[in-house]
Amino acid sequence: MSKKVAFLQGNEAAAHGALYAGCDFFGGYPITPSTEVAEVMSIELPKIGGKFIQMEDEIGAMAAILGASLAGAKVLTSTSGPGLSLKQELIGYGCIAEIPCVIYNVMRGGPSTGMPTGPSQSDVMCAKWGTHGDHPAICLTPASVQETYEEVIRAFNLSEKYRTPVMVMPDEIVAHMRERIVFPEQGEIEVVPRKSPTVPPEQYKPYDTSFGDVPPLASFGSGYKFHVTGLNKMQDGFPTTKADIVQAEEERQVRKVDANVDDIVTFEEYLLEDADVVVVAYGSTSRSARYAVNIAREQGVKAGMFRIKTFWPFPDKQIKALASKVKGIVIPEMNLGMCSLELERCAQGKVPVLGIFRVDGEPINPDQILEKIKEVK
Amino acid sequence: MSRYELRFSGSGGQGLITAGIIMAKAASIYEGKQAVQSQSYGPEARGGSSKSEVIISDGPIDYPKATMVDALLAMTQEACDKYTHDLKEGGILLVDSDLVTKLPTTGNYRIISFPIINTAKTDVGREIVANIVALGAMVALTGQVSRENAEKAVLSSVPEAFIELNRKAFSIGYERALAASA
Repeated sequence: MSKKVAFLQGNEAAAHGALYAGCDFFGGYPITPSTEVAEVMSIELPKIGGKFIQMEDEIGAMAAILGASLAGAKVLTSTSGPGLSLKQELIGYGCIAEIPCVIYNVMRGGPSTGMPTGPSQSDVMCAKWGTHGDHPAICLTPASVQETYEEVIRAFNLSEKYRTPVMVMPDEIVAHMRERIVFPEQGEIEVVPRKSPTVPPEQYKPYDTSFGDVPPLASFGSGYKFHVTGLNKMQDGFPTTKADIVQAEEERQVRKVDANVDDIVTFEEYLLEDADVVVVAYGSTSRSARYAVNIAREQGVKAGMFRIKTFWPFPDKQIKALASKVKGIVIPEMNLGMCSLELERCAQGKVPVLGIFRVDGEPINPDQILEKIKEVK
Repeated sequence: MSRYELRFSGSGGQGLITAGIIMAKAASIYEGKQAVQSQSYGPEARGGSSKSEVIISDGPIDYPKATMVDALLAMTQEACDKYTHDLKEGGILLVDSDLVTKLPTTGNYRIISFPIINTAKTDVGREIVANIVALGAMVALTGQVSRENAEKAVLSSVPEAFIELNRKAFSIGYERALAASA
């Protein structure tokens, strides 16, 4: 049987990916350039008995998905820069209370309302540092319509596996462009279910580390009662200021991601075996980079590309290894140098990191990248 | 590499993004090629300049935006002035002859012009399908997808009640472009 194909926008693919992953609750507030996700979810969720709710603002939307997740739903919200800023307080709440959820944020630039219909990649730091305090961060940056579909599914899986909010951040180009997509069959892509308690309600503790760094999460309404707070908490969920408990719990929360980077971090290596110059790129910019690398190769320049698929946790290990191998790193990004900082940190001064930074709402074109590749000596 | 680049430009509300989507869908779903459609538009719902770009290729498409345009549709004077700069030498320039009166003076282009919106209004009967008239013309002029596959893409993209109207618009656009370029 031939597979179902369609010609879809990145945002539409994201919504369908969420449905494949079992998403049954969407809470959001419309904002360009992410609104199509809400549109598709508002049409599709009622058909499968799911719930769609448009809240009064982005903060309310974030609160709604956290609540729904605690009641056992698989939840999604979609937004863009200004909305992401508003959600930050509750994203932190999701991190400390360890509530699985997926936040799909289309990068349109800023600060503030910026340029609503223009592309950008300037929210990547906000994915890690937007909410205060030490906390785990997972952020995926897809580069095509098909990949957006698949990465949204992976985001749901990671959020359940590590019991933490996960972000998917396409730039506006990926979110709004249309390509052919091939839908996987049911069962073709793994869907990770939530780890439910194995103990009776009277013995249940929501942060019981005897089950490991990711304790099972009971659903409200299933007979299990527990306390949820944004304060530092004990294993039973009630607040504490006991130094040793707070220290251990904070470390555990961050460790959920830090100890599992090899499971979470994904990337693509393109023509790197003999490369003198590596272009590190993510999202739509990686498509310009691949084009530029191909032209450079035709002209006899040994260029390659390292494409970041998982932006957080950052692929430290891989970049460190590359920095000892190549003569220079080129980083094109639609911001004034965010990934660039991470690359410099990983490169530790071993090789130059040359940035191409654009914030004028125009994509970085292959010629700009090619020119920079040739600057590496 | 068989990269072919099309740009549909005009003002917001003229349906040019839709025309681009249908062209890309014809190539990618019905013609068996690969295609990417992207767009750029202002924050206004109507007015403002709008463009939709379609890249068609036999192989994978990396950069999703135009680099050197093979065929450009300009439905306003502003779009013609703004978007001709990266049209290839010998490239196709299709304009609405009522709206674009100043044609580029530099560059060696294959210029085809006919009153697209007026054709939709008088020959098809509804101005709203001017984008499909223009699409029919672009399909005829570029030869990137067959007439049959393009028509299938049009008909699968419009509401049931408007199938005949769009079929007619597409067909008239296709014929007019052939006549105008003969």
